[in-house]
Amino acid sequence: MFRKNIVSLLLVLVISSLVLAACSGSKVTPAPSQPETTQVEPTKASEPEPVSSSALAALAGDVIADGSSTVFPITTAVAEEFAMVAPNVRASVGLSGTGGGFKKFCIGETDISNASRPIKGEEAEVCQSNNIEYVEFLVALDGLTVMINPENDWVKELSADQLAALLGDSSTIKKWSDLDPNYPAEDILFFIPDPDSGTRDYMEEVVEKVTGDKDLRQDENTTFSSDDNVLLDGIANEKYAFGFFGYAYYINNKDNVKAVPIVNKAGNAVLPSDETVQNGTYNPLSRPLFIYVKQSSILEKPQLVEFIRFFFSADGGPAIMSDVGYSMPPTGTYEANLELLANSLK
Amino acid sequence: MKNQQSNLATFNSIPNQIKIRNFRERIIAISLFACGVFSILVTIGIIVTLFTEAIAFFFRPEVDIVTFFTGTNWRPLASKISPENFGVRPLIRGTMLIAVISGAIAIPLGLGSAIFLSEYASDKLRSVLKPLLELLAGIPTVVYGYFALSFITPILKQVLEDGLGIKVSFFNAFSAAVVVGIMIIPIVASISEDAMRAVPRSLREGAYALGATRFEVSTKVVVPAALSGIISAFIIGISRAVGETMAVTIAAGATPRMTLNPLDSVQTMTSFIVQVSFGDAPAGSINGQSIFAVGATLFVMTFVMNVVSAVILKRFREVYD
Amino acid sequence: MQKQYTLSKSKEIYKDNISSRNRAEKIFNILLLFSVLFGLLMLTVLLIDIAVEGFSWVRPELFENYHSRKPENAGMKSAIAGSLIVIGLTGLFSFPIGVGAAIYLEEYASQNKLTAFINLNINNLAGVPSIVYGMLGLVVFGRMFGIFREGSWLVEFLNLPIQSGTTGGLKFNLLGIPWLEMQIPFGRSMVAGALTMTLLILPVVIIAAREAIRAVPPSIREGGYALGTTKWHVIKTLVLPIAFPGILTGMILSLSRAIGETAPLIIMGAFTYVPFLPNSVWDQFTVIPIQIYNWITLPQTEYRVHLAAAGIIVLLLILFFLNGIAIYLRKKFEIKW
Repeated sequence: MFRKNIVSLLLVLVISSLVLAACSGSKVTPAPSQPETTQVEPTKASEPEPVSSSALAALAGDVIADGSSTVFPITTAVAEEFAMVAPNVRASVGLSGTGGGFKKFCIGETDISNASRPIKGEEAEVCQSNNIEYVEFLVALDGLTVMINPENDWVKELSADQLAALLGDSSTIKKWSDLDPNYPAEDILFFIPDPDSGTRDYMEEVVEKVTGDKDLRQDENTTFSSDDNVLLDGIANEKYAFGFFGYAYYINNKDNVKAVPIVNKAGNAVLPSDETVQNGTYNPLSRPLFIYVKQSSILEKPQLVEFIRFFFSADGGPAIMSDVGYSMPPTGTYEANLELLANSLK
Repeated sequence: MKNQQSNLATFNSIPNQIKIRNFRERIIAISLFACGVFSILVTIGIIVTLFTEAIAFFFRPEVDIVTFFTGTNWRPLASKISPENFGVRPLIRGTMLIAVISGAIAIPLGLGSAIFLSEYASDKLRSVLKPLLELLAGIPTVVYGYFALSFITPILKQVLEDGLGIKVSFFNAFSAAVVVGIMIIPIVASISEDAMRAVPRSLREGAYALGATRFEVSTKVVVPAALSGIISAFIIGISRAVGETMAVTIAAGATPRMTLNPLDSVQTMTSFIVQVSFGDAPAGSINGQSIFAVGATLFVMTFVMNVVSAVILKRFREVYD
Repeated sequence: MQKQYTLSKSKEIYKDNISSRNRAEKIFNILLLFSVLFGLLMLTVLLIDIAVEGFSWVRPELFENYHSRKPENAGMKSAIAGSLIVIGLTGLFSFPIGVGAAIYLEEYASQNKLTAFINLNINNLAGVPSIVYGMLGLVVFGRMFGIFREGSWLVEFLNLPIQSGTTGGLKFNLLGIPWLEMQIPFGRSMVAGALTMTLLILPVVIIAAREAIRAVPPSIREGGYALGTTKWHVIKTLVLPIAFPGILTGMILSLSRAIGETAPLIIMGAFTYVPFLPNSVWDQFTVIPIQIYNWITLPQTEYRVHLAAAGIIVLLLILFFLNGIAIYLRKKFEIKW
């Protein structure tokens, strides 16, 4: 008998809380409850003029970003600078990986999805089925650097074909001499990113164009890691090592590893650097990095609009890009991004 | 007269008091029962989370359940998606290799530490050593992973490669197993030690009175008396080793292979789950679902291990007093 | 003729035996000492390595600043706040449920199939990888199966005032009390993180608490019953105080583990870059191990070696402090007989 009393008491408690909430809580509905193709009230700012600095300082609210670990340093660096002009905006950035980031993005849990690759077909479908519309912005270029040990003095440059021959799944190359008879007859020790990283995916595309291999090698001389620092250690300590990973890791460890100039489409061997990646002479290993922004958040969160605007202004991305070891995308990209933003505000 | 009345009042109120007491007892008993049953809810939650996706995974045309459990080739992130790339045995091999080696390290050292702390150490020494040991349990697992790479693997390489000429991979199961073993020593030690301290002093005194040395008392009287608690500690320790995630992900490598050589790089079931969860694979894709199948397999494995140990345990329980 | 043991003969036997037993004792002592010292040796090596690399970086900036792309400005203020709050909440949630379950299993449950099943269950849960708890936490606490999302059956049926957006859901004040605000679903908040950690550590808390309660001699309980007190009274006043130190051990071990976990919290939705302090327990958060892990993977040496080591030092100091409190409590409540 007492048991029934307790259960009913609990039920009453729970229901009363919900009822109280329904009555007292203000019903907050988003401006257009149906997504984002309808007109917004004319008072919403759609003019492209920048907001005054006092207005920026008064901005409040949160901005939720998540996704790729490659793009993470860029978004957080911009957020850090943005916090100086808009200290009341709370921008948090997560590290769920590009795929994990899209998973959260496409059910509406994040405003920005950091991505080291374009959104895939099946992910776009999920977004569509949940009525999440988004805008894609190209934010930076990462010059994938091919690396060898500093004592390796026989490799002077490599072409995309040679890379593909070395790294493809069907590769028969085991020793350096297999690649070129003038090289030492020693086993090559490979240090490459593990099968689920965007860096490796990009290299796989490059390799596939040449040899048709869809995967990279996986044998006993190949070490995988998801942590580029570990790959760096491996290459720095083994004389016959070979590997590749992001430019940021190379530029911060120039004394420990040696970069290999890659022969580009024009036939010149080019080393990766801020300029060569941006002006496109370092190819084909420059990979694009994106952010995807939720359309409905652009319309609902003025702090997000200002954040994106700041990102593509001179104080945002350009100011921090070399600090974090990435390159600016081709000139004009950021201006185009600002236009995209203005268009999505309409 | 007044005294009589108040006494009578008190006496008459006793049935009510008992009623209230009993009511309170029922409430408490129910809430405690709820706590106990809560763990079943958690298990149900885990089973639902894992098995719904795992079953969806097995129903995919590209996957064959028989090959999953018998195949020795695990390459789910290869672009050729076919059943032959989905054999889970290399992952199981990796997990067990690390669990067995770390158990072999942690169980003797943990039990030894426990015996030392409970039988040999003075109170003062114990009050210093026990917290220090427990500090080992608090070091973040990622730190253990990097400790394996930065400290254990170089020593291993020096001793084995330079000294004996045996090849040691950069990532290997042994380094990971050593740090996982160190990580679970405090668990084994603490719980065993608590179990041993609970053995009544009278038993020990009796043995000493018969002329036994401290060694004999510890091994022949105390340990058997506390055996159920000690075996509990072992089970928790090994379970923890099997379920360890970050340390093995960092230190053991990402190469699934059917090897018994602990000096090779392997991949465990847990590190595969981490690799895919933090990586690039889209959520509903076959890779995204494979982690649930792997997780479900792991769950079933630990369940079987626990059933077996529960059966063994039943035969050893001793009650005193 | 009966065999007669002369005094000298028995002395011989006695002597031989004793010397070999003493030898065994000495060897065993050395082995025991070694086993304790091994763990401590490893700890010392680790600590020295960390201290050397990180000591000079434990400066006020580490505690005052948030993460920055410039190592000299980087700090872990939000991570420290996040860790402390999450651990506090985890202890708050796991203690009653864990100890309650242990009391039920030891004192109230009869030895039937259900109890055996619950036992098996708990042992099994101790071995589930931490990352699975993260997935569970995300679905159950973070998203609550999606029933509080716009357009779900519950929202339509009860016409709930759901707030849309990324941190949307039902926000209300529990029983109308203004500062007791609740947010459903728990989302990527510290409450959800603490609940996830509670699930993770609950098995060990329960098992350790059970061992502690089991260790209390039945005679103590019988004495209580003989005086006519109720079952709960016996437990509350006799059993629990004696078992308290053992229960505390379980809690310390578990909380120590929880404070060092990375993967489950990331899966459940903790962020890595949080440049603000939380306003409430419903805010976004990060914790110290996530911050350390992030620093370890950054390319600059200042981050991956020095700041990471400094972060570990801070974490260990917090752990030390927690342990210190627990030791004090353990000593204070220890009952010897």
